[in-house]
Amino acid sequence: MFILDIVSSVLLIAGVFFGLSGAIGLFKLPDFFTRVHAASVTDSIAAILIIVGLLLQTSFDLNTAKLLFILTFLMITSPTSSHALAKSARHGGLLTLPEEKEKQQEQTH
Amino acid sequence: MNFILDYYNYWIVVFLMMTGFYIVISANNLVKKIVGLNVFQTSVFMLYISMGKVSGGTAPILVEGVTLYSNPLPHVLILTAIVVGVATTAVGLSLIVRIKRAYGTVEENEFKNQDDAI
Amino acid sequence: MGEFIDLVLLAMLALTALRIIFLKDLFAVVMLFGIYSFLSALIFVNLDAVDVAFTEASVGAGISTVLMLGTLALTGRKEKENTHSSILPLLVVCITGAALIYGTLDMPPFGHPDNPVHEHVAPRYIEESPKEIGLPNMVTSVLASYRGFDTLGETVVVFAAAIGVLALLGTGRKEDDEAPESGLKSHHVLHVVAKIIIPLTILFALYVQFHGDFGPGGGFQAGVIAAAAFILYTLVFGLSKSMDVIGPKFLQFMASFGVLLYASVGLYSMYKGGQFLDYSKLAVDPVAGQHYGIIIIELGVGITVFAAMLSIFYAFSSQAERSNIQ
Repeated sequence: MFILDIVSSVLLIAGVFFGLSGAIGLFKLPDFFTRVHAASVTDSIAAILIIVGLLLQTSFDLNTAKLLFILTFLMITSPTSSHALAKSARHGGLLTLPEEKEKQQEQTH
Repeated sequence: MNFILDYYNYWIVVFLMMTGFYIVISANNLVKKIVGLNVFQTSVFMLYISMGKVSGGTAPILVEGVTLYSNPLPHVLILTAIVVGVATTAVGLSLIVRIKRAYGTVEENEFKNQDDAI
Repeated sequence: MGEFIDLVLLAMLALTALRIIFLKDLFAVVMLFGIYSFLSALIFVNLDAVDVAFTEASVGAGISTVLMLGTLALTGRKEKENTHSSILPLLVVCITGAALIYGTLDMPPFGHPDNPVHEHVAPRYIEESPKEIGLPNMVTSVLASYRGFDTLGETVVVFAAAIGVLALLGTGRKEDDEAPESGLKSHHVLHVVAKIIIPLTILFALYVQFHGDFGPGGGFQAGVIAAAAFILYTLVFGLSKSMDVIGPKFLQFMASFGVLLYASVGLYSMYKGGQFLDYSKLAVDPVAGQHYGIIIIELGVGITVFAAMLSIFYAFSSQAERSNIQ
Protein backbone atom coordinates (compact mmCIF):
# COMPACT_ATOMS: atom_id res chain seq x y z
CA MET A 1 0.00 0.00 0.00
CA PHE A 2 1.41 3.31 -1.03
CA ILE A 3 0.52 5.31 2.09
CA LEU A 4 2.28 2.74 4.32
CA ASP A 5 5.42 3.07 2.21
CA ILE A 6 5.42 6.85 2.54
CA VAL A 7 4.88 6.80 6.30
CA SER A 8 7.56 4.16 6.77
CA SER A 9 10.09 6.10 4.67
CA VAL A 10 9.37 9.30 6.62
CA LEU A 11 9.97 7.45 9.89
CA LEU A 12 13.19 5.87 8.60
CA ILE A 13 14.54 9.21 7.38
CA ALA A 14 13.68 10.83 10.73
CA GLY A 15 15.46 8.01 12.53
CA VAL A 16 18.55 8.44 10.35
CA PHE A 17 18.47 12.20 11.01
CA PHE A 18 18.43 11.68 14.77
CA GLY A 19 21.23 9.14 14.52
CA LEU A 20 23.30 11.58 12.49
CA SER A 21 22.62 14.39 14.97
CA GLY A 22 23.72 12.11 17.81
CA ALA A 23 26.94 11.35 15.96
CA ILE A 24 27.63 15.04 15.23
CA GLY A 25 26.86 15.90 18.85
CA LEU A 26 29.43 13.33 19.95
CA PHE A 27 32.09 15.42 18.24
CA LYS A 28 30.87 18.93 18.84
CA LEU A 29 29.66 19.01 22.42
CA PRO A 30 32.18 20.29 24.96
CA ASP A 31 31.68 18.14 28.03
CA PHE A 32 31.58 14.40 28.79
CA PHE A 33 28.08 14.39 30.23
CA THR A 34 26.59 16.27 27.27
CA ARG A 35 28.32 13.81 24.95
CA VAL A 36 26.73 10.88 26.82
CA HIS A 37 23.37 12.56 26.25
CA ALA A 38 24.10 12.85 22.52
CA ALA A 39 25.03 9.16 22.32
CA SER A 40 21.90 8.14 24.18
CA VAL A 41 19.80 10.08 21.67
CA THR A 42 21.11 7.67 19.06
CA ASP A 43 20.27 4.70 21.24
CA SER A 44 16.75 5.67 22.12
CA ILE A 45 14.87 7.85 19.66
CA ALA A 46 16.73 6.87 16.49
CA ALA A 47 16.36 3.16 17.24
CA ILE A 48 12.64 3.53 18.01
CA LEU A 49 11.93 5.48 14.82
CA ILE A 50 13.91 3.08 12.62
CA ILE A 51 12.30 -0.01 14.10
CA VAL A 52 8.77 1.41 13.86
CA GLY A 53 9.53 2.37 10.26
CA LEU A 54 10.59 -1.23 9.58
CA LEU A 55 7.52 -2.56 11.38
CA LEU A 56 5.32 -0.83 8.83
CA GLN A 57 7.11 -2.71 6.05
CA THR A 58 6.31 -6.21 7.28
CA SER A 59 2.97 -7.90 7.13
CA PHE A 60 1.66 -9.14 10.46
CA ASP A 61 3.81 -12.25 10.86
CA LEU A 62 6.83 -13.62 12.76
CA ASN A 63 9.07 -10.75 11.65
CA THR A 64 6.73 -8.27 13.37
CA ALA A 65 7.05 -10.18 16.64
CA LYS A 66 10.85 -10.30 16.32
CA LEU A 67 11.05 -6.56 15.63
CA LEU A 68 8.81 -5.82 18.64
CA PHE A 69 11.07 -7.95 20.84
CA ILE A 70 14.15 -6.12 19.57
CA LEU A 71 12.46 -2.79 20.30
CA THR A 72 11.57 -3.84 23.85
CA PHE A 73 15.09 -5.04 24.63
CA LEU A 74 16.66 -1.92 23.15
CA MET A 75 14.39 0.33 25.18
CA ILE A 76 15.27 -1.54 28.38
CA THR A 77 19.02 -1.80 27.89
CA SER A 78 20.27 1.33 26.13
CA PRO A 79 19.06 3.95 28.64
CA THR A 80 20.47 1.69 31.36
CA SER A 81 23.90 1.63 29.76
CA SER A 82 23.94 5.42 29.31
CA HIS A 83 22.90 5.80 32.95
CA ALA A 84 25.59 3.36 34.10
CA LEU A 85 28.21 5.25 32.07
CA ALA A 86 27.24 8.65 33.49
CA LYS A 87 26.98 7.31 37.04
CA SER A 88 30.39 5.64 36.87
CA ALA A 89 31.93 8.86 35.56
CA ARG A 90 30.34 10.82 38.41
CA HIS A 91 31.45 8.19 40.90
CA GLY A 92 34.98 8.43 39.55
CA GLY A 93 35.01 12.15 40.18
CA LEU A 94 34.44 13.65 36.74
CA LEU A 95 33.09 17.18 37.01
CA THR A 96 30.60 18.87 34.70
CA LEU A 97 31.71 21.92 32.72
CA PRO A 98 30.26 24.59 35.09
CA GLU A 99 31.83 22.82 38.07
CA GLU A 100 35.19 22.68 36.24
CA LYS A 101 35.04 26.41 35.60
CA GLU A 102 34.22 27.06 39.27
CA LYS A 103 37.14 24.95 40.38
CA GLN A 104 39.52 26.76 38.02
CA GLN A 105 38.30 30.12 39.30
CA GLU A 106 38.86 29.04 42.90
CA GLN A 107 42.36 27.88 42.05
CA THR A 108 43.36 31.13 40.38
CA HIS A 109 42.14 33.15 43.41
CA MET B 1 34.20 0.85 -13.51
CA ASN B 2 33.12 -2.75 -13.76
CA PHE B 3 36.70 -3.80 -13.18
CA ILE B 4 36.86 -1.77 -9.95
CA LEU B 5 33.55 -3.19 -8.75
CA ASP B 6 34.74 -6.71 -9.48
CA TYR B 7 37.87 -6.42 -7.40
CA TYR B 8 37.05 -3.71 -4.82
CA ASN B 9 36.28 -6.28 -2.13
CA TYR B 10 39.61 -8.02 -2.55
CA TRP B 11 41.61 -4.78 -2.52
CA ILE B 12 39.99 -3.59 0.69
CA VAL B 13 40.70 -7.02 2.18
CA VAL B 14 44.39 -6.70 1.22
CA PHE B 15 44.46 -3.20 2.76
CA LEU B 16 42.96 -4.48 6.02
CA MET B 17 45.35 -7.41 6.05
CA MET B 18 48.31 -5.08 5.66
CA THR B 19 47.00 -2.77 8.39
CA GLY B 20 46.70 -5.70 10.79
CA PHE B 21 50.14 -6.94 9.74
CA TYR B 22 51.66 -3.51 10.36
CA ILE B 23 50.11 -3.33 13.83
CA VAL B 24 51.47 -6.78 14.68
CA ILE B 25 55.05 -6.08 13.63
CA SER B 26 55.42 -2.52 14.80
CA ALA B 27 53.31 -2.08 17.93
CA ASN B 28 55.20 -1.86 21.18
CA ASN B 29 52.48 -2.99 23.51
CA LEU B 30 51.58 -6.67 23.47
CA VAL B 31 47.82 -6.12 23.82
CA LYS B 32 47.88 -3.93 20.73
CA LYS B 33 49.66 -6.71 18.88
CA ILE B 34 46.81 -9.07 19.73
CA VAL B 35 44.30 -6.48 18.47
CA GLY B 36 46.27 -6.26 15.22
CA LEU B 37 46.24 -10.05 14.92
CA ASN B 38 42.47 -10.06 15.27
CA VAL B 39 42.14 -7.33 12.62
CA PHE B 40 44.22 -9.51 10.30
CA GLN B 41 42.09 -12.59 11.02
CA THR B 42 38.81 -10.81 10.36
CA SER B 43 40.07 -9.52 7.03
CA VAL B 44 40.92 -13.09 5.98
CA PHE B 45 37.36 -14.12 6.88
CA MET B 46 36.06 -11.36 4.66
CA LEU B 47 38.13 -12.68 1.77
CA TYR B 48 36.60 -16.14 2.02
CA ILE B 49 33.04 -14.87 2.38
CA SER B 50 33.49 -12.53 -0.59
CA MET B 51 34.56 -15.52 -2.65
CA GLY B 52 31.44 -17.41 -1.67
CA LYS B 53 28.93 -14.74 -2.60
CA VAL B 54 26.79 -15.22 -5.71
CA SER B 55 25.20 -12.08 -7.17
CA GLY B 56 21.44 -12.38 -7.06
CA GLY B 57 21.59 -15.29 -4.65
CA THR B 58 20.35 -15.33 -1.11
CA ALA B 59 21.45 -16.76 2.23
CA PRO B 60 21.89 -20.55 2.15
CA ILE B 61 18.66 -21.32 4.00
CA LEU B 62 16.04 -23.22 2.02
CA VAL B 63 13.03 -21.05 1.27
CA GLU B 64 10.08 -21.74 -1.02
CA GLY B 65 10.57 -20.47 -4.52
CA VAL B 66 14.26 -19.56 -4.40
CA THR B 67 16.70 -21.47 -6.56
CA LEU B 68 19.95 -19.48 -6.41
CA TYR B 69 21.78 -19.73 -3.08
CA SER B 70 25.14 -18.40 -2.01
CA ASN B 71 27.78 -21.01 -1.46
CA PRO B 72 27.49 -22.52 2.05
CA LEU B 73 30.95 -24.07 2.11
CA PRO B 74 33.04 -20.95 2.90
CA HIS B 75 30.52 -20.07 5.62
CA VAL B 76 31.17 -23.35 7.39
CA LEU B 77 34.94 -22.96 7.20
CA ILE B 78 34.83 -19.39 8.48
CA LEU B 79 32.50 -20.34 11.35
CA THR B 80 35.19 -22.74 12.56
CA ALA B 81 37.90 -20.15 11.97
CA ILE B 82 36.15 -17.45 14.04
CA VAL B 83 35.82 -19.72 17.07
CA VAL B 84 39.42 -20.94 16.78
CA GLY B 85 40.49 -17.29 16.50
CA VAL B 86 38.81 -16.33 19.75
CA ALA B 87 40.33 -19.40 21.45
CA THR B 88 43.85 -18.31 20.41
CA THR B 89 43.13 -14.74 21.48
CA ALA B 90 42.09 -15.95 24.94
CA VAL B 91 45.27 -17.98 25.38
CA GLY B 92 47.39 -15.11 24.06
CA LEU B 93 45.81 -12.63 26.47
CA SER B 94 46.40 -14.92 29.44
CA LEU B 95 50.05 -15.23 28.38
CA ILE B 96 50.21 -11.42 28.43
CA VAL B 97 48.85 -11.38 31.98
CA ARG B 98 51.58 -13.81 33.04
CA ILE B 99 54.25 -11.75 31.27
CA LYS B 100 53.07 -8.70 33.17
CA ARG B 101 53.35 -10.60 36.42
CA ALA B 102 56.83 -11.93 35.58
CA TYR B 103 58.51 -8.86 34.06
CA GLY B 104 56.38 -6.01 35.42
CA THR B 105 55.69 -4.59 31.96
CA VAL B 106 54.08 -5.48 28.67
CA GLU B 107 56.00 -3.01 26.52
CA GLU B 108 58.29 -4.91 24.24
CA ASN B 109 61.29 -2.58 24.37
CA GLU B 110 61.34 -2.77 28.16
CA PHE B 111 61.56 -6.51 28.61
CA LYS B 112 63.17 -7.59 25.35
CA ASN B 113 66.60 -8.16 26.89
CA GLN B 114 65.48 -9.53 30.22
CA ASP B 115 65.14 -13.13 29.24
CA ASP B 116 66.47 -14.54 32.50
CA ALA B 117 65.04 -11.90 34.79
CA ILE B 118 62.72 -14.23 36.70
CA MET C 1 22.00 -0.87 -4.31
CA GLY C 2 23.48 -3.74 -2.39
CA GLU C 3 26.89 -3.08 -3.90
CA PHE C 4 26.75 0.55 -2.82
CA ILE C 5 26.12 -0.45 0.81
CA ASP C 6 29.00 -2.90 0.47
CA LEU C 7 31.36 -0.18 -0.77
CA VAL C 8 30.47 2.26 2.00
CA LEU C 9 30.76 -0.33 4.77
CA LEU C 10 34.12 -1.55 3.52
CA ALA C 11 35.42 2.02 3.39
CA MET C 12 34.28 2.58 6.99
CA LEU C 13 36.05 -0.63 7.97
CA ALA C 14 39.29 0.53 6.34
CA LEU C 15 39.08 3.88 8.17
CA THR C 16 38.53 2.15 11.52
CA ALA C 17 41.50 -0.17 11.00
CA LEU C 18 43.68 2.77 9.98
CA ARG C 19 42.73 4.67 13.13
CA ILE C 20 43.71 1.73 15.34
CA ILE C 21 47.34 2.10 14.23
CA PHE C 22 47.70 5.66 15.47
CA LEU C 23 45.95 5.58 18.82
CA LYS C 24 47.95 5.38 22.03
CA ASP C 25 45.05 4.89 24.44
CA LEU C 26 44.50 1.14 24.54
CA PHE C 27 40.96 1.42 25.86
CA ALA C 28 40.00 3.34 22.71
CA VAL C 29 41.87 0.75 20.60
CA VAL C 30 39.81 -2.09 22.09
CA MET C 31 36.57 -0.17 21.57
CA LEU C 32 37.54 0.53 17.96
CA PHE C 33 38.19 -3.18 17.56
CA GLY C 34 34.65 -3.85 18.81
CA ILE C 35 33.32 -1.40 16.21
CA TYR C 36 35.46 -3.10 13.53
CA SER C 37 33.98 -6.45 14.49
CA PHE C 38 30.40 -5.16 14.31
CA LEU C 39 31.04 -3.52 10.93
CA SER C 40 32.41 -6.77 9.56
CA ALA C 41 29.31 -8.57 10.90
CA LEU C 42 27.20 -6.07 8.89
CA ILE C 43 29.30 -6.77 5.80
CA PHE C 44 28.81 -10.49 6.30
CA VAL C 45 25.03 -10.00 6.36
CA ASN C 46 25.32 -8.03 3.13
CA LEU C 47 27.30 -10.89 1.59
CA ASP C 48 24.51 -13.38 2.52
CA ALA C 49 26.53 -15.04 5.29
CA VAL C 50 24.01 -14.76 8.12
CA ASP C 51 25.40 -17.56 10.32
CA VAL C 52 28.90 -16.11 10.07
CA ALA C 53 27.58 -12.62 10.89
CA PHE C 54 25.83 -13.96 13.99
CA THR C 55 28.99 -15.73 15.16
CA GLU C 56 31.24 -12.75 14.43
CA ALA C 57 28.94 -10.35 16.29
CA SER C 58 28.60 -12.53 19.36
CA VAL C 59 32.11 -14.03 19.51
CA GLY C 60 34.27 -11.31 17.99
CA ALA C 61 32.53 -8.20 19.22
CA GLY C 62 31.31 -9.78 22.44
CA ILE C 63 33.72 -12.19 24.06
CA SER C 64 36.95 -10.90 22.47
CA THR C 65 36.25 -7.33 23.57
CA VAL C 66 35.38 -8.44 27.12
CA LEU C 67 38.58 -10.50 27.43
CA MET C 68 40.72 -7.67 26.07
CA LEU C 69 39.16 -5.23 28.54
CA GLY C 70 39.84 -7.73 31.32
CA THR C 71 43.48 -7.87 30.27
CA LEU C 72 43.68 -4.06 30.11
CA ALA C 73 42.41 -3.89 33.69
CA LEU C 74 45.49 -5.89 34.66
CA THR C 75 48.15 -4.38 32.42
CA GLY C 76 47.36 -0.69 32.17
CA ARG C 77 45.74 1.36 29.49
CA LYS C 78 48.35 3.59 27.88
CA GLU C 79 50.87 2.50 25.31
CA LYS C 80 54.36 3.86 25.81
CA GLU C 81 56.37 5.47 23.03
CA ASN C 82 57.91 3.36 20.31
CA THR C 83 61.70 3.45 20.33
CA HIS C 84 62.52 1.78 17.03
CA SER C 85 61.87 3.48 13.72
CA SER C 86 58.91 2.44 11.65
CA ILE C 87 60.52 2.65 8.21
CA LEU C 88 61.38 -1.02 7.94
CA PRO C 89 57.90 -2.34 8.95
CA LEU C 90 56.31 0.16 6.54
CA LEU C 91 58.57 -1.06 3.73
CA VAL C 92 57.78 -4.71 4.43
CA VAL C 93 54.06 -3.97 4.57
CA CYS C 94 54.09 -2.03 1.31
CA ILE C 95 56.00 -4.72 -0.56
CA THR C 96 53.73 -7.48 0.77
CA GLY C 97 50.63 -5.42 -0.03
CA ALA C 98 51.77 -4.78 -3.57
CA ALA C 99 52.48 -8.47 -4.10
CA LEU C 100 49.06 -9.43 -2.74
CA ILE C 101 47.24 -6.91 -4.94
CA TYR C 102 49.11 -8.24 -7.94
CA GLY C 103 47.89 -11.68 -6.85
CA THR C 104 44.25 -10.62 -6.55
CA LEU C 105 44.20 -9.57 -10.19
CA ASP C 106 44.25 -13.27 -11.03
CA MET C 107 41.20 -14.03 -8.92
CA PRO C 108 37.78 -14.60 -10.47
CA PRO C 109 35.53 -11.53 -10.43
CA PHE C 110 33.40 -10.97 -7.38
CA GLY C 111 29.96 -12.56 -7.38
CA HIS C 112 29.81 -14.36 -10.72
CA PRO C 113 27.82 -17.60 -10.44
CA ASP C 114 30.30 -19.64 -12.48
CA ASN C 115 33.37 -19.02 -10.33
CA PRO C 116 35.47 -22.12 -9.69
CA VAL C 117 34.55 -22.10 -6.00
CA HIS C 118 30.92 -22.86 -6.86
CA GLU C 119 31.68 -26.15 -8.61
CA HIS C 120 32.24 -29.73 -7.45
CA VAL C 121 31.25 -29.89 -3.81
CA ALA C 122 28.97 -26.91 -3.20
CA PRO C 123 26.24 -27.73 -5.77
CA ARG C 124 26.14 -31.25 -4.38
CA TYR C 125 25.55 -29.89 -0.87
CA ILE C 126 22.88 -27.46 -2.07
CA GLU C 127 21.01 -30.09 -4.08
CA GLU C 128 21.40 -33.20 -1.96
CA SER C 129 21.12 -31.84 1.57
CA PRO C 130 17.31 -31.39 1.49
CA LYS C 131 16.94 -35.06 0.57
CA GLU C 132 19.68 -36.58 2.69
CA ILE C 133 19.36 -34.42 5.82
CA GLY C 134 16.18 -32.43 5.43
CA LEU C 135 17.12 -29.29 7.34
CA PRO C 136 16.39 -25.84 5.93
CA ASN C 137 19.66 -24.33 7.14
CA MET C 138 22.29 -25.73 4.79
CA VAL C 139 25.17 -24.28 6.79
CA THR C 140 24.12 -26.30 9.85
CA SER C 141 23.74 -29.48 7.83
CA VAL C 142 27.19 -29.05 6.27
CA LEU C 143 28.76 -28.02 9.59
CA ALA C 144 27.25 -30.79 11.71
CA SER C 145 26.89 -33.67 9.32
CA TYR C 146 28.95 -33.47 6.15
CA ARG C 147 31.91 -31.79 7.91
CA GLY C 148 31.29 -33.19 11.38
CA PHE C 149 34.95 -34.04 11.92
CA ASP C 150 35.98 -30.40 11.56
CA THR C 151 33.40 -29.37 14.13
CA LEU C 152 34.63 -32.04 16.55
CA GLY C 153 38.15 -30.64 16.14
CA GLU C 154 36.88 -27.13 16.70
CA THR C 155 35.12 -28.12 19.93
CA VAL C 156 38.29 -29.78 21.15
CA VAL C 157 40.23 -26.58 20.30
CA VAL C 158 37.85 -24.51 22.45
CA PHE C 159 38.21 -27.04 25.26
CA ALA C 160 42.02 -26.96 24.92
CA ALA C 161 41.99 -23.15 25.04
CA ALA C 162 40.01 -23.27 28.27
CA ILE C 163 42.52 -25.74 29.72
CA GLY C 164 45.39 -23.51 28.57
CA VAL C 165 43.96 -20.41 30.19
CA LEU C 166 43.21 -22.29 33.41
CA ALA C 167 46.75 -23.69 33.45
CA LEU C 168 48.24 -20.22 32.99
CA LEU C 169 45.99 -18.19 35.27
CA GLY C 170 44.56 -20.67 37.73
CA THR C 171 40.95 -21.24 38.62
CA GLY C 172 39.27 -18.99 41.11
CA ARG C 173 39.03 -20.48 44.53
CA LYS C 174 35.76 -20.43 46.41
CA GLU C 175 37.33 -20.39 49.86
CA ASP C 176 38.43 -16.75 49.69
CA ASP C 177 36.04 -15.52 52.36
CA GLU C 178 38.22 -12.51 53.18
CA ALA C 179 37.83 -11.20 49.62
CA PRO C 180 36.04 -7.83 49.61
CA GLU C 181 32.65 -7.59 48.01
CA SER C 182 33.12 -6.72 44.37
CA GLY C 183 30.63 -5.76 41.77
CA LEU C 184 28.82 -2.51 41.41
CA LYS C 185 27.33 -1.87 44.83
CA SER C 186 25.71 1.51 44.34
CA HIS C 187 24.29 0.99 40.87
CA HIS C 188 20.73 0.16 41.82
CA VAL C 189 19.31 0.72 38.35
CA LEU C 190 21.82 -1.72 36.94
CA HIS C 191 20.90 -4.34 39.55
CA VAL C 192 17.22 -4.21 38.66
CA VAL C 193 17.70 -4.17 34.92
CA ALA C 194 20.25 -6.99 35.06
CA LYS C 195 17.78 -9.13 36.98
CA ILE C 196 15.26 -8.58 34.17
CA ILE C 197 17.68 -9.07 31.28
CA ILE C 198 19.65 -12.13 32.42
CA PRO C 199 16.81 -14.71 32.32
CA LEU C 200 15.68 -13.40 28.94
CA THR C 201 19.24 -13.70 27.61
CA ILE C 202 19.49 -17.33 28.75
CA LEU C 203 16.12 -18.03 27.13
CA PHE C 204 17.35 -16.46 23.92
CA ALA C 205 20.49 -18.61 24.07
CA LEU C 206 18.32 -21.74 24.31
CA TYR C 207 16.22 -20.51 21.40
CA VAL C 208 19.32 -19.95 19.26
CA GLN C 209 20.66 -23.37 20.22
CA PHE C 210 17.66 -25.35 19.11
CA HIS C 211 16.58 -23.12 16.26
CA GLY C 212 19.91 -23.49 14.47
CA ASP C 213 18.36 -26.06 12.16
CA PHE C 214 15.86 -23.60 10.72
CA GLY C 215 17.61 -20.26 10.76
CA PRO C 216 20.96 -18.79 11.68
CA GLY C 217 22.17 -20.15 14.97
CA GLY C 218 23.61 -23.29 16.42
CA GLY C 219 25.81 -24.39 19.25
CA PHE C 220 28.59 -21.81 19.13
CA GLN C 221 26.44 -18.72 19.13
CA ALA C 222 24.18 -20.15 21.84
CA GLY C 223 27.09 -21.04 24.12
CA VAL C 224 28.56 -17.57 23.77
CA ILE C 225 25.24 -15.81 24.44
CA ALA C 226 24.60 -17.91 27.57
CA ALA C 227 28.15 -17.17 28.76
CA ALA C 228 27.49 -13.45 28.16
CA ALA C 229 24.47 -13.61 30.47
CA PHE C 230 26.58 -15.04 33.28
CA ILE C 231 29.38 -12.56 32.57
CA LEU C 232 26.83 -9.76 33.06
CA TYR C 233 25.82 -11.33 36.35
CA THR C 234 29.47 -11.49 37.47
CA LEU C 235 30.10 -7.87 36.53
CA VAL C 236 27.04 -6.52 38.33
CA PHE C 237 26.83 -8.73 41.42
CA GLY C 238 30.44 -9.75 42.02
CA LEU C 239 32.61 -12.78 41.37
CA SER C 240 31.91 -14.62 44.64
CA LYS C 241 28.14 -14.51 44.15
CA SER C 242 28.56 -15.71 40.59
CA MET C 243 30.78 -18.59 41.68
CA ASP C 244 28.08 -19.58 44.16
CA VAL C 245 25.66 -19.96 41.25
CA ILE C 246 27.99 -21.90 38.95
CA GLY C 247 31.28 -22.99 40.48
CA PRO C 248 34.53 -23.49 38.58
CA LYS C 249 34.56 -27.25 39.19
CA PHE C 250 31.12 -27.63 37.67
CA LEU C 251 32.24 -25.62 34.65
CA GLN C 252 35.22 -27.90 34.14
CA PHE C 253 32.90 -30.89 34.29
CA MET C 254 30.53 -29.26 31.79
CA ALA C 255 33.30 -28.46 29.33
CA SER C 256 34.56 -32.02 29.23
CA PHE C 257 31.02 -33.40 29.17
CA GLY C 258 30.22 -31.50 25.98
CA VAL C 259 33.20 -32.91 24.09
CA LEU C 260 32.46 -36.38 25.46
CA LEU C 261 28.85 -36.13 24.27
CA TYR C 262 29.98 -35.24 20.77
CA ALA C 263 32.54 -38.03 20.55
CA SER C 264 30.21 -40.62 22.04
CA VAL C 265 27.62 -39.94 19.33
CA GLY C 266 30.33 -40.92 16.87
CA LEU C 267 31.24 -44.02 18.85
CA TYR C 268 27.58 -45.00 19.16
CA SER C 269 27.14 -44.89 15.41
CA MET C 270 30.20 -47.13 15.08
CA TYR C 271 28.58 -49.49 17.57
CA LYS C 272 25.47 -49.53 15.41
CA GLY C 273 27.48 -50.67 12.44
CA GLY C 274 28.30 -47.47 10.57
CA GLN C 275 31.40 -45.32 10.45
CA PHE C 276 32.45 -42.74 13.05
CA LEU C 277 29.93 -39.86 13.14
CA ASP C 278 27.64 -41.51 10.58
CA TYR C 279 24.31 -40.27 11.88
CA SER C 280 22.12 -42.33 9.53
CA LYS C 281 22.66 -45.34 11.77
CA LEU C 282 21.25 -43.64 14.87
CA ALA C 283 17.62 -44.38 14.04
CA VAL C 284 15.72 -46.70 11.71
CA ASP C 285 15.00 -43.90 9.22
CA PRO C 286 18.30 -42.31 8.00
CA VAL C 287 16.89 -38.77 7.79
CA ALA C 288 15.53 -38.97 11.36
CA GLY C 289 18.90 -40.34 12.43
CA GLN C 290 20.58 -37.29 10.90
CA HIS C 291 18.22 -35.00 12.84
CA TYR C 292 18.94 -36.78 16.15
CA GLY C 293 22.67 -36.68 15.53
CA ILE C 294 22.71 -33.00 14.65
CA ILE C 295 20.65 -31.95 17.68
CA ILE C 296 22.78 -33.94 20.11
CA ILE C 297 26.12 -32.77 18.79
CA GLU C 298 24.99 -29.14 18.66
CA LEU C 299 24.00 -29.52 22.31
CA GLY C 300 27.47 -30.88 23.09
CA VAL C 301 29.09 -27.97 21.25
CA GLY C 302 26.90 -25.43 23.06
CA ILE C 303 27.67 -26.86 26.49
CA THR C 304 31.42 -26.92 25.85
CA VAL C 305 31.56 -23.40 24.42
CA PHE C 306 29.47 -22.01 27.31
CA ALA C 307 31.62 -23.68 29.97
CA ALA C 308 34.90 -22.78 28.25
CA MET C 309 34.04 -19.09 27.79
CA LEU C 310 32.78 -18.73 31.34
CA SER C 311 35.86 -20.51 32.80
CA ILE C 312 38.15 -18.21 30.84
CA PHE C 313 36.26 -15.18 32.12
CA TYR C 314 36.39 -16.46 35.72
CA ALA C 315 40.16 -16.94 35.38
CA PHE C 316 40.67 -13.35 34.15
CA SER C 317 38.27 -11.94 36.73
CA SER C 318 39.87 -13.67 39.70
CA GLN C 319 43.24 -12.30 38.56
CA ALA C 320 41.77 -8.82 38.61
CA GLU C 321 40.32 -9.39 42.07
CA ARG C 322 43.63 -10.67 43.36
CA SER C 323 45.52 -7.65 42.09
CA ASN C 324 42.82 -5.39 43.56
CA ILE C 325 43.37 -6.95 46.99
CA GLN C 326 47.11 -6.40 46.69
